[in-house]
Amino acid sequence: MAEGDIEQALADQVRDAAERGQPLKLIGLNSKSFYGHAVEGEPLQLSGHSGITRYEPTELVLSARGGTPVPEIEAALAENGQMLTFEPPGFDHTASLGGAIASGLGGPRRPWGGAPRDQLLGMTLLDGRGRILHFGGEVMKNVAGYDLSRLMAGALGTLGALLEVSIKVLPAPTAERSLVLELPRERALQKMRELARQPAPLSAACHLDDRLHIRLSGNSASVAAWENQIGGDVGDGEDFWQGLRNHRLRFFQSERPLWRLSLPPATSRLDCEQQVLTDWAGSQRWVYSSSSAMEIRDEVAKVGGHAILFRHGDGKIPIFHPLDPVRERLHCGLKKTFDPQAILNPGHQYASI
Amino acid sequence: MNEIERNKQRDVLAPKLRKVVDGPHVLSLAEELKPYECDGLAAYRVMPLLVVLPGSVAEVQAVLRVCHAEGIAVVARGAGTGLSGGALPNEDGILLSLARLNRIISIEPENCCARVQPGVRNLAISEAAKPHGLYYAPDPSSQIACSIGGNVAENAGGVHCLKYGLTVNNLLGVEMITIEGERVTLGGGGLDGPGYDLLALITGSEGMLGVVVEVMVKLLPIPQRAQVALAAFDEVEIAGQAVADIIAAGILPAGLEMMDNPSLRAAEDFVHAGYPTDAAAILLCEVDGGSEEVSEDIAKVRQRLLDSGAREVRTASDETERARFWAGRKAAFPAVGRISPDYYCMDGTIPRKHLPRVLREIARYSEESGLRVANVFHAGDGNLHPLILYDANNSGELELAEEVGGRILELCVEVGGTITGEHGVGLEKINQMCAQFSPEELQMFHDVKAVFDAKGLLNPGKAIPTLNRCAEFGAMHVKAGDLRFPHLERF
Repeated sequence: MAEGDIEQALADQVRDAAERGQPLKLIGLNSKSFYGHAVEGEPLQLSGHSGITRYEPTELVLSARGGTPVPEIEAALAENGQMLTFEPPGFDHTASLGGAIASGLGGPRRPWGGAPRDQLLGMTLLDGRGRILHFGGEVMKNVAGYDLSRLMAGALGTLGALLEVSIKVLPAPTAERSLVLELPRERALQKMRELARQPAPLSAACHLDDRLHIRLSGNSASVAAWENQIGGDVGDGEDFWQGLRNHRLRFFQSERPLWRLSLPPATSRLDCEQQVLTDWAGSQRWVYSSSSAMEIRDEVAKVGGHAILFRHGDGKIPIFHPLDPVRERLHCGLKKTFDPQAILNPGHQYASI
Repeated sequence: MNEIERNKQRDVLAPKLRKVVDGPHVLSLAEELKPYECDGLAAYRVMPLLVVLPGSVAEVQAVLRVCHAEGIAVVARGAGTGLSGGALPNEDGILLSLARLNRIISIEPENCCARVQPGVRNLAISEAAKPHGLYYAPDPSSQIACSIGGNVAENAGGVHCLKYGLTVNNLLGVEMITIEGERVTLGGGGLDGPGYDLLALITGSEGMLGVVVEVMVKLLPIPQRAQVALAAFDEVEIAGQAVADIIAAGILPAGLEMMDNPSLRAAEDFVHAGYPTDAAAILLCEVDGGSEEVSEDIAKVRQRLLDSGAREVRTASDETERARFWAGRKAAFPAVGRISPDYYCMDGTIPRKHLPRVLREIARYSEESGLRVANVFHAGDGNLHPLILYDANNSGELELAEEVGGRILELCVEVGGTITGEHGVGLEKINQMCAQFSPEELQMFHDVKAVFDAKGLLNPGKAIPTLNRCAEFGAMHVKAGDLRFPHLERF
């Protein structure tokens, strides 16, 4: 057995738990332990299952075990002038690749670089029966069978543990520049949408405290041309973007309930957005609100979005946006298919799965 | 059902469907059904029981409710351009054409999205978005005719996938009708929806999980400029290495296409693109983006190609020449059609580094079978389209072509690739699914299908083989003494 490969031990533990009907709490590097409803269960420690298994820069594909630390992957990529485009957050800790995919969370580059699901090519999955299954592959294009690997992105480990993951990686930009424009919220939102409609090399657009932060990434010619066109002042650079990615900006240093709204990007100010950081050129908004959970969710749903109580919930309000009956039924059916004993992170996302 | 039972079933079912869909849009006469007997894979033909063309979402719901209650199979069809028999009718079921749902509901430039009905043509979306400086990125070669609903069902690709992704990467949401006739939204107005990523699951599911009645696509800004380089090589291996070198240089081409000698000669004879017909292979490398960006990148590409051993590199001097360089590649399939009565188009994907080996093996299969093979390759993303040339009028040649095709696909799996990159499994590649997936994995697919369609009415018999079928097929394909499906009886 290769070093860092504890696949069989993990499969044994899941099989044994399935026989006993014993719930398991999936733990990677525990960087997002605050996220989702708390799980009561025996720990299934995935961090020992670690290591990059295949990486050939010219194929633009990297495969690694689920417990591999994201910084280890980013370092290997950087050596070859490549990067993970979805900028997975680790918050105050270090994220694992499996956790980054399972949470589905993406950083500031998300609208242009895609989400974890967009870069996911295939995986080895440990299902709730303790079976090791392979879906997708290590090639860019693959439409054989249902896309069960993408289904795992954002499922928070409720359908399986991600043993090994293959992802598409891309060349890192050779030039990058951060700009700041002094603009109030509504005008900043308009500006972001204007820029998003132009072939500008945007890689981030965020508004906070009357400042619009823009990041340009590309080759030197294109970054210089657009820097000129957009104007503004020189921004705070990577510090700001890393602070945004990992919620280390002052905005996030509050114990109040923090809401994440996912919206059509041009949506103008909602009543519930009392204190707001607008990211993803308008598509993702971090909000502190005095509106009730129900008011927030109603307002957001009306414009076609959804709302997650990301941090500092009271333990009673459902963290994830409630599902309509048809989707609820499909979720329960899928849960039963992958995890018939309901032992994998039960209740972590929704009470019924 | 036999023919008599089928006629009876048709007579019983037609009036029920005519109650929920305007009479003239339920087709039942043989001459009306005939045009629907096949999709783009014309070698397979089946007459459906009835063809139903609903004109509204409510009618789709009503039709599905009738079929669910009566236990009638439903095969959804877009424009019928699919290449794997995914829309091949079921002889005991209805063919549900979404062609009349062809309205662009809205273009929302401020949200960079379009809301369209499934029957809208792929290219029509980009045409409608153009006044706003936006376009829809996935461009399957059939984009002038294929419908967005079919693109969702097949997770269609195109020549720009490496940079811009497949259909799944360019969707925001869909409205889907379940086999029970319920309407459900998957995805949403933002960049993600709540709960499991059912949008990704539906994309590429070949009409087996639900019927999509509305699609919300992402629109991108039209690049300011695109520029293409054409490089000629004396050896296919060198061309393959040049592709790796371009990627290693940190360039992400918008399109990177390779043609081997038989395909480039056929294309040159057909459209006179100016290809060097004595080259072993040519590469077309396109970069797009801002004006300055493109100038910088194309100079880099040119240098790399020369360093990698290209015999000759030409960059298009203007839009006309750029269009001419592409014309040959875009006409490759019909060009091959001119030099052979029939051809069979394969769709495997491989890790690029295995290209030389795969091409050598394909040449060997070609020699052994006596059938010519021309290769067209989406080199950037590893998607290979070998075109197997045959003449259906010669008895046994179609079967031989299918056999060669099957061997090529199994070779793709062997080198770590997949049996289909963008055309879908449909009926065509169903046997090769047995080579790619284990019985447990195939069973998982069947179980997922049952979550959405417990009675198995949506496009039955496609995409996912039964374990018995694999046992029958797999008996011929024992790999390294590892007999697959050992628990099943064999006859």
